[in-house]
Amino acid sequence: MAGTGKDKLPQPVKKNPQLKTAAPLVPPLRRSRLGLRLAGFAARGEFCLPFCAACDKAVWPPRDACPGCLAELDWREVDRRGELIAESVLETSPELYFRGRMPWRIGTVQLACGPSIMAHLHQEVQVGEQVEMGLHLDKAQRAVFMAYKNREGSSVNEDSQLRELTSDPKYRRVLISDARSPAGLALARALAAAEAKEIFAGVAESWRRDAVLEALEALDHVTIVPLDLTDSGSVKELAAEIGGKVDILIHTADQPRPGGLLDGSSLTLAQEMQDRLVTGYMRLASQFGPAMRGRGADGVNSATAFVTVLSVYAHANWPSYGTHSACHAAVYSLSQCLRAEMLGSGVRVVNAYIGPLEQDWYESVLPPKLDPQRLARDLIKGLQQGLEDIYIGDVARDVASRFREDAKLLEIELTGGGRE
Amino acid sequence: MSKPDQTAGLLDNLALDLASGAVEVVDLTHTLDPDFPVIILPPEFGQCARFRMEEVSRYDARGPAWHWYNFSCGEHTGTHFDAPIHWVSGRDLPHNTVDSLPVQKLVGRVCVIDCEAETQGDEDYEMDRAKIEAFEAEYGKIPPQSWVLMRTGWSRRRGADYVNLREDGAHSPGPATEAVRFLVEDRDIIGFGTECIGTDSGQAAHADPPYPAHYILHGAGRYGLQCLNGLDRLPPTGAILLAAPLKIKHGTGSPLRVLALVPSTG
Repeated sequence: MAGTGKDKLPQPVKKNPQLKTAAPLVPPLRRSRLGLRLAGFAARGEFCLPFCAACDKAVWPPRDACPGCLAELDWREVDRRGELIAESVLETSPELYFRGRMPWRIGTVQLACGPSIMAHLHQEVQVGEQVEMGLHLDKAQRAVFMAYKNREGSSVNEDSQLRELTSDPKYRRVLISDARSPAGLALARALAAAEAKEIFAGVAESWRRDAVLEALEALDHVTIVPLDLTDSGSVKELAAEIGGKVDILIHTADQPRPGGLLDGSSLTLAQEMQDRLVTGYMRLASQFGPAMRGRGADGVNSATAFVTVLSVYAHANWPSYGTHSACHAAVYSLSQCLRAEMLGSGVRVVNAYIGPLEQDWYESVLPPKLDPQRLARDLIKGLQQGLEDIYIGDVARDVASRFREDAKLLEIELTGGGRE
Repeated sequence: MSKPDQTAGLLDNLALDLASGAVEVVDLTHTLDPDFPVIILPPEFGQCARFRMEEVSRYDARGPAWHWYNFSCGEHTGTHFDAPIHWVSGRDLPHNTVDSLPVQKLVGRVCVIDCEAETQGDEDYEMDRAKIEAFEAEYGKIPPQSWVLMRTGWSRRRGADYVNLREDGAHSPGPATEAVRFLVEDRDIIGFGTECIGTDSGQAAHADPPYPAHYILHGAGRYGLQCLNGLDRLPPTGAILLAAPLKIKHGTGSPLRVLALVPSTG
């Protein structure tokens, strides 16, 4: 129960098959356009508020102009610190989502950067204490504030209100779509360390033995499952078997190959990549999506995230790996479609963007290259923090920020401007 | 062509024997299955497509009264036929594609050389000329324009054991270079077939020439059959093989149903 002290998150118990699974209700969806903008920052885990440079303070609630001097406002990252000055425990609510989750603690935080705001309260914070603010997406994928005692604390995720905002693998069952990919083994290990209850490691063509498969077989909490993303029958069969108990799906399949349209082109390779990456994503989403969508409120280990590891060059083509970028761009586009279709289910469609990995198919690419273990660590951290867009490594962060700054300039740079 | 009165009844006995079961039709084909292994080449080369099916409709909104699939695969997926154009040595020969080759050659006598004992003790077993001569000493000379099949029991293997890949490549039996030369030059065979994933042995990249079965057979306009199933059901001699690839324009091979007509022993 929230608000009664520092409770541990309850261990999920086996479901009573005579009870109906709770419908995946979500908090209110409606926001103003300014309010929706906040969700963009929450998706990336940034704590941004409208800011008046002339008055040197943040403004809340969002407005078109500074209420003090009528100057234009810009959104910027601000100081997360503040003080909890009041709290209230909701015992009843006309909102269906909150009715099923009472009591619910909320409070008012006086921010160091100026305004006071309403926030959800982590169980560790008390009135009069210094707090640290987080900006999160709720189950409706809309931005809400959360006040913490310590965002990095070791027991921070033991909070049931926070768990509604995040996709923590703890106690959850995770499917890795291609566990033989470079990220697969690292993820399996990191998920086990993050106390995932069970890790289903998808492996295609088990008739091809290799060291990764042997390492996966040796891990505790890992179950090897046959899954070939190029084979509709294989995806359908696995979804029929375990689709109802996949709480987090991490799609890791990739096939990075150099080459574009004129240089190093191979249509059979392009077809293969397209089938594995693009149609493969559609196979996975169409077979596992419906069951996940129905289990968005299924207790402590509810379905919570459909995660895809994407090349950051989904945003803008990197011609050295031109076909590969195009396939990822298609998956990126499909992930936006899936977000719309998953909205209202409480299941988050998460994308983890990466640059070139430290692996054979990027051997002629200059560093920095991403270590698969770093990928696994940051991806899981992103889930624990409830992010929707996780940018992992220097290249991904750099390309993404340049994309936000000026997409055309990034295109010019990538296609011959001298800077990749 | 013979006159009608001379040909009348020529196949009647065969038809009667097929109807009575005196001649059995034996299927030497693996099922086209997404999980059936294909040849694995170094990753930087183009790869053989696996067999795949997508449902078009199943008596539903996509087609109310009918059920069908689209399927896709490589020309060299599953039990399949290799035409001479498949290999560089046969690329300039006439009638070297599956759509142009003479269909008369797609039905013929078949000799089956039993190498199961040798293969059991040696996964890299190479059938040499002496083995063929020993076969002939027992069953008679291989007639010209016959198929020769190498029986190894390999088709009973599944999955990883079938491909038998190790860090130094695949390990599976096949014919020695001199044996292929002997069959082509001295015995004038139609083609050579095997239960393994290729007509060559797993380690044939290291032979001289590399992949001697492919190189010599196709260079001489002969055909290959691979991934055959259950050759232990054929007699050493006396059966007829039917191996007709799909008529693909300029095709280098094709999956096919390989059948044998076998005199019943029952």
